Amino acid sequence: MTRPRYTIAVTGLNVVDSPGPGIAVIRGLRESTRFDVRIIGLAYENMEPGIYMRDMVDKTYIIPYPSAGHQVLLERLQYIHHQEKLDIIIPNFDAELIGFIRLQPVLQKMGIRSLLPGMDQFEERLKDRLPEYGKRYDVLVPTSEPVTTISGLHEALKKFELPVMVKGKFYEAYRAYSEEQAVAYFHKLSAKWGTPVILQQYIAGQEYNVTALGDGKGGLIGAVPMRKTFITESGKGWAGITIADQGLLDMARHIVTQTHWAGGMELELMKEEKTGKVYLLEINPRFPAWVYLATGAGQNHPEALVRLVMGDDPEPMTQYKTGTMFIRYAYDMICNLEDYASISTTGEL
Amino acid sequence: MKIKNSIALSENGFLFNTETGESFTLNQTGLSLLHYLREGETEKELLQHLLSEYEVQTEVAERDLHDFLETLRRYKLLMP
Repeated sequence: MTRPRYTIAVTGLNVVDSPGPGIAVIRGLRESTRFDVRIIGLAYENMEPGIYMRDMVDKTYIIPYPSAGHQVLLERLQYIHHQEKLDIIIPNFDAELIGFIRLQPVLQKMGIRSLLPGMDQFEERLKDRLPEYGKRYDVLVPTSEPVTTISGLHEALKKFELPVMVKGKFYEAYRAYSEEQAVAYFHKLSAKWGTPVILQQYIAGQEYNVTALGDGKGGLIGAVPMRKTFITESGKGWAGITIADQGLLDMARHIVTQTHWAGGMELELMKEEKTGKVYLLEINPRFPAWVYLATGAGQNHPEALVRLVMGDDPEPMTQYKTGTMFIRYAYDMICNLEDYASISTTGEL
Repeated sequence: MKIKNSIALSENGFLFNTETGESFTLNQTGLSLLHYLREGETEKELLQHLLSEYEVQTEVAERDLHDFLETLRRYKLLMP
């Protein structure tokens, strides 16, 4: 039997110190035993390393930043679709997801499928809405408060014990041990990601992450929990290991079942040292950069996503190998000047 | 007294707690004690092993064994 061949567009090709998930997703897709792929990379800048990884990405197109608006994005995608006849698109950045969610019905009509959370699902899990989320879905969350101004920050700090977590709207989080530190982090994060900046109760314990896939109907298709074993100065997990903790898997199942989540997600969870209780810190609305660990441990989530999108009805995956470990590394590729010139001038490679 | 089922132990003394992701390195003595613990041996039996396998005074062996078991408890490696 011949395997189907899908043309799949993937974003998140920035394999830098805070890597995008694109290459990890592509590796999962390329290792599929059920279908073959032609991978179309969608990049924002000509220095995203994935563009030059020609064994991973067959062709790359530069796409406009989310700030340009989704109409501009749509025009670019129409052009790309005309060239490539895309079957599926897998966006991998928080900040771009709103655009892709808005465009989903239009893209669907064009014949480009995707599995994405709805706008409500996307917005209700935003960091500044975490307390409401916890109440609505009966999930333990740390106390948190969004702040937009310095005076608001000082006021909110009165309600928290130090240390306190100061978190950016989309990315980055810092632990502040004093009011002065909290102010400094507020400035740093608001300048980079805008407001609100979120103050969050610090939970002393061990952080865990779960990569999961929901079918959009309340089914959990796969989930793999991981503990980071090496964390970079900027707080990114550079190595990790799969673990067997039923409490973490229960949390993933509860959230996916309750919210009918569609697509990949990453749960950031904290197990409190004193009580063993599991707190939900964040839901990232896409696969994490370490999703290939799940593939390595026996659950190929990107492959399962494609099967869901194509109506293949994959069986939920419940087994994986604990103690599977990943370690990231940096690798200097030698690239052709012609490739650099092509992506820089034509926006294509 | 028994070590948790979630503990994976390799022959070179690497201990991995599959529930928490924590890992530890044991010396040969610690490794053999964990093997005995896995078989469900009591603290008294462990002490007898130490005394028969090593040239050590009873008080020293008792103290070291006590410290070792406390360390296992602290890292939540023993069954409650």
